[in-house]
Amino acid sequence: MKERVVIVGGGIMGLATAYHLARLGAENVTVLERRFAGYGATFRTGTGIRESFGDETNIWMMRESIKMWKALEEELGHPTEYRQTGYMFLLHTEEEMESFRRNVSLQNSLSVPSRIISPEEAKEIVPPLNIEDVLGAAYNPEDGKANPFLVLQGYKKASLKMGVKIHEYSPVEGIVERGGKRVVKTPRGEFEADILINAAGGWSKLIDRMVAVPSHVEPYKHQAIKTEALERGQINPMVVSFKHGGAYLTQDIADGGVIGGVALAEGPTFDMNPTLEYAIEVSRHFTWLIPALKYVHIVRQWAGFYATTPDKNPVIGEVAPGYYIISGFSGHGFMMSPMATKSLAELIVEGGTSAPLDFYDPHRFERGEFREAAIQMG
Amino acid sequence: MSEEPVIICRCNDVTEEEIVALIEEGITDIEVIKRLTRIGMGPCQGRTCIPLVQSIIARRTGKPMEEISSPTSRHPVKPVRMGVFAGEEVEE
Repeated sequence: MKERVVIVGGGIMGLATAYHLARLGAENVTVLERRFAGYGATFRTGTGIRESFGDETNIWMMRESIKMWKALEEELGHPTEYRQTGYMFLLHTEEEMESFRRNVSLQNSLSVPSRIISPEEAKEIVPPLNIEDVLGAAYNPEDGKANPFLVLQGYKKASLKMGVKIHEYSPVEGIVERGGKRVVKTPRGEFEADILINAAGGWSKLIDRMVAVPSHVEPYKHQAIKTEALERGQINPMVVSFKHGGAYLTQDIADGGVIGGVALAEGPTFDMNPTLEYAIEVSRHFTWLIPALKYVHIVRQWAGFYATTPDKNPVIGEVAPGYYIISGFSGHGFMMSPMATKSLAELIVEGGTSAPLDFYDPHRFERGEFREAAIQMG
Repeated sequence: MSEEPVIICRCNDVTEEEIVALIEEGITDIEVIKRLTRIGMGPCQGRTCIPLVQSIIARRTGKPMEEISSPTSRHPVKPVRMGVFAGEEVEE
């Protein structure tokens, strides 16, 4: 494919899309990133990767993504620290039990080996867990996590090797039409695009505006924390509790420190400053779920955007002739990036894909169609 | 370089050799070096390692120190126990 492809956004969506386009034979792919690659949401993720969703399409997309996650380290020739350490949704009420029994049964019908476990089994898997108000848990051993820094570096290197051009510190300042082509303006020069892809995450609406199309993606500020290093193996799965602040937490593979967050969010906003209110909220909920954490120090706290759509599902596909979007993952971008980017690249190069991209049609909101909201936390 | 490894980041055991290897690979952005090696991400919040890494980058790339950026500083400026934030204990 000779067409000039310009991708706005050097996060995991932009770089993995570039990687798959190049693999399918696109010869002229350029990625523009306003800061350094990963600066947006990719380097701010809670790192979780799960197929434990409550609807068929997201379960399918994640089941296929997990197959790709397993092979990614070898494929990219770069470490990813991907591990299948599981997800454990703590259930505190009969209503939650009932709703997760339905999720598990749907997941099982799609070959996902999730199951409902007792509080005692949950404590066996996560010994420091407080099960005082836990009725049970939904546990899927196939879910897991990966290291976003290593994964992005892997995509970056593999893309460069295939001839993709990556321009960092190149914010897009304007997009104009000239001779039937879109021209993307940056302080480092202009880039002509036969095909333009918006992979700008939380900043997507700014690019939509420059192309003069309606946007359905808004930046919501979410935060996360990381603790000092801890002995590994105590909190292997991602532990989730909707009752306790929408908390999610797990031990990082790199140093065993706890990484996670709660649902307290603000927005839409472009502010990315961490807040004291959040440090208090996250500590209250984490120390309830894992009481021993009260003796553990928080060493970092940061904010990033959930690029959020009205139904918490992404927008992937063609918006206007030659203009595509892959954004609005509403907190699920990192985990879903393998299948999302591969299927978009197939759509662009081959004109079709086996993935159910109709579900993520960017025009669905204009038709008044809303999907069932994807299970979201943090 | 001496034969003994020179530790640049005491929190995460990062050596001068690892930093130099990345620079020689063409990775000179301190933001990227930070995330690949985990310098500046430990309990000291980068107080020890960040200036050292900046000086290595400056020497290796020939850029003046003032052109080498610093990663974003955020609270907490020193590690704080969750029990303190949760209001269950006061810091000693």
